[in-house]
Amino acid sequence: MSDVIDRPMLAEEAAAQSRLRIIDCDVHPSIHAHADIEQFMPKRWQQHLRTYGSHLRTPYIGTTPYPRSSPLIARRDAWPPTGGPPGSDLDFMRKQHLDPLDIEYGILQVLDLFIFSQQNLEFGAAIQRAINDWQLAFWSDREPRLKASILAGQDDTEFAIAEIERCAKIGRYVQINVCPRANEPLGRRRYWPIYARAQELGLPLGIHVGGYGGHAPTGGGWPSYYVEEHQSNAHTMAAQLASLMLEGVPERFPNLRIVFIEGGFGWIPSATWRMDRHFEAFRSEVPHLKRRPSEYVKQHFWFTTQPIDEPDEAKHLRSLIEWVGADRLLFSSDYPHWDFDDPRYAFKTPLTETERRKIFNGNARALYKL
Amino acid sequence: MTRHIVARTSDIPPGGNKVFGVEGRDIVVFHVNGEFFALLNRCPHEGAPLEKAACVARLTSPEPGVYQRSRVGELLRCPWHGWEFDMRNGQSWFDPKRVKVRSYPVAVESGEELQKGPYVAETFPVHVEDSYVIIET
Ligand code: FES
Repeated sequence: MSDVIDRPMLAEEAAAQSRLRIIDCDVHPSIHAHADIEQFMPKRWQQHLRTYGSHLRTPYIGTTPYPRSSPLIARRDAWPPTGGPPGSDLDFMRKQHLDPLDIEYGILQVLDLFIFSQQNLEFGAAIQRAINDWQLAFWSDREPRLKASILAGQDDTEFAIAEIERCAKIGRYVQINVCPRANEPLGRRRYWPIYARAQELGLPLGIHVGGYGGHAPTGGGWPSYYVEEHQSNAHTMAAQLASLMLEGVPERFPNLRIVFIEGGFGWIPSATWRMDRHFEAFRSEVPHLKRRPSEYVKQHFWFTTQPIDEPDEAKHLRSLIEWVGADRLLFSSDYPHWDFDDPRYAFKTPLTETERRKIFNGNARALYKL
Repeated sequence: MTRHIVARTSDIPPGGNKVFGVEGRDIVVFHVNGEFFALLNRCPHEGAPLEKAACVARLTSPEPGVYQRSRVGELLRCPWHGWEFDMRNGQSWFDPKRVKVRSYPVAVESGEELQKGPYVAETFPVHVEDSYVIIET
């Protein structure tokens, strides 16, 4: 039998299967050709892009991350028949992803050109602006299901704020994205003006894994294997959760809502248990915290589900969801990347009807005001 | 067991595959090193289409730093999360007891032999001079 590990379905779940449209909080569009974004850049930076390209904090050409596990980290079936990289053809995305999976909304997450990791900050500002415009012109304008995020490279706060203001005026973005691998941990004060603006505008702060800030991705240095590096996504997210929390960001910005994207959620229980325990011992070091860290997590943070953890025993995934809380989780597919999760099969444990509604739709609808 | 004549051997190029709808299922037939293998076209993990899988070698390592390749082209690497399956019997490489893809017996017979049998051609008329791929379900 091919279906040996397909999970059993609750009877109520099968009945409810009928019509629950999915909000997918992590969809990756990519640039079909550089000319597509050049049209949104001043001549000066078009020329720069052609002549110098990206200047990242990785040492040599070819050490940028592709291929990782598969060419362009993509599903092998996601290469559009019309040519171009996976995620670059809207019609194919509709046909392969949005229509068959009944996606009500997809939140766009652009990784192209590594805008967050550009070392030339003015060039970085020019491409983040171009990519923000391109997201509307090439995606959201043509497909109302796709919602754009304001990309704001946080290492130059001034540029970031100017870009946030500009996009907020246009008014069609649902989130402000910053990068988890910045020059300093995300809780530091240099980034607070961005958080203040996000709070005032009522836009969630999105933090998608990845980026090349120049630091080794693990606390122990640079890993040898991709499988080893892939683990570090969870460490990075845990470190940033601790930084934001312990530096007092949720305390200082009580209405700020923060979304961790593509970091999975298996690491959350132990990270928060540990923080709670230490908070009791080290309270006087962080007297600005008024509550236990886990309480801030329950109120200010959301986590997208992919890559979902798959313990050998389904009941352990069940407990994990209960520990983290179905209120904190947002379904995400990561289409078209190789570790894509299919909403029909990703959860290898039955969910109650209420949990399904929250995770696949309700939480994201409320958070992004869709 | 029903036998289905699904293709001429020449219709599936070496190293390639082709999908056939048989009794409501999609079955993918691979042609590797002169042999044909038939599997359900659906990964048991999250359902990816195995026709898009990479046909890879079995890579083993008796100890860190020593590598061996064997059975070149006979292992499938799922197009999504990369789980590996043996196309000979559909078993997964990492957890053969729990995880497998359904596989089907395949035969290759010449048109001459087939003419004698009571078989119905699913998609191709049988020409006596060709060879055919036959799946049993
Ligand atoms: S769907 Fe095949 S490995 Fe996940």
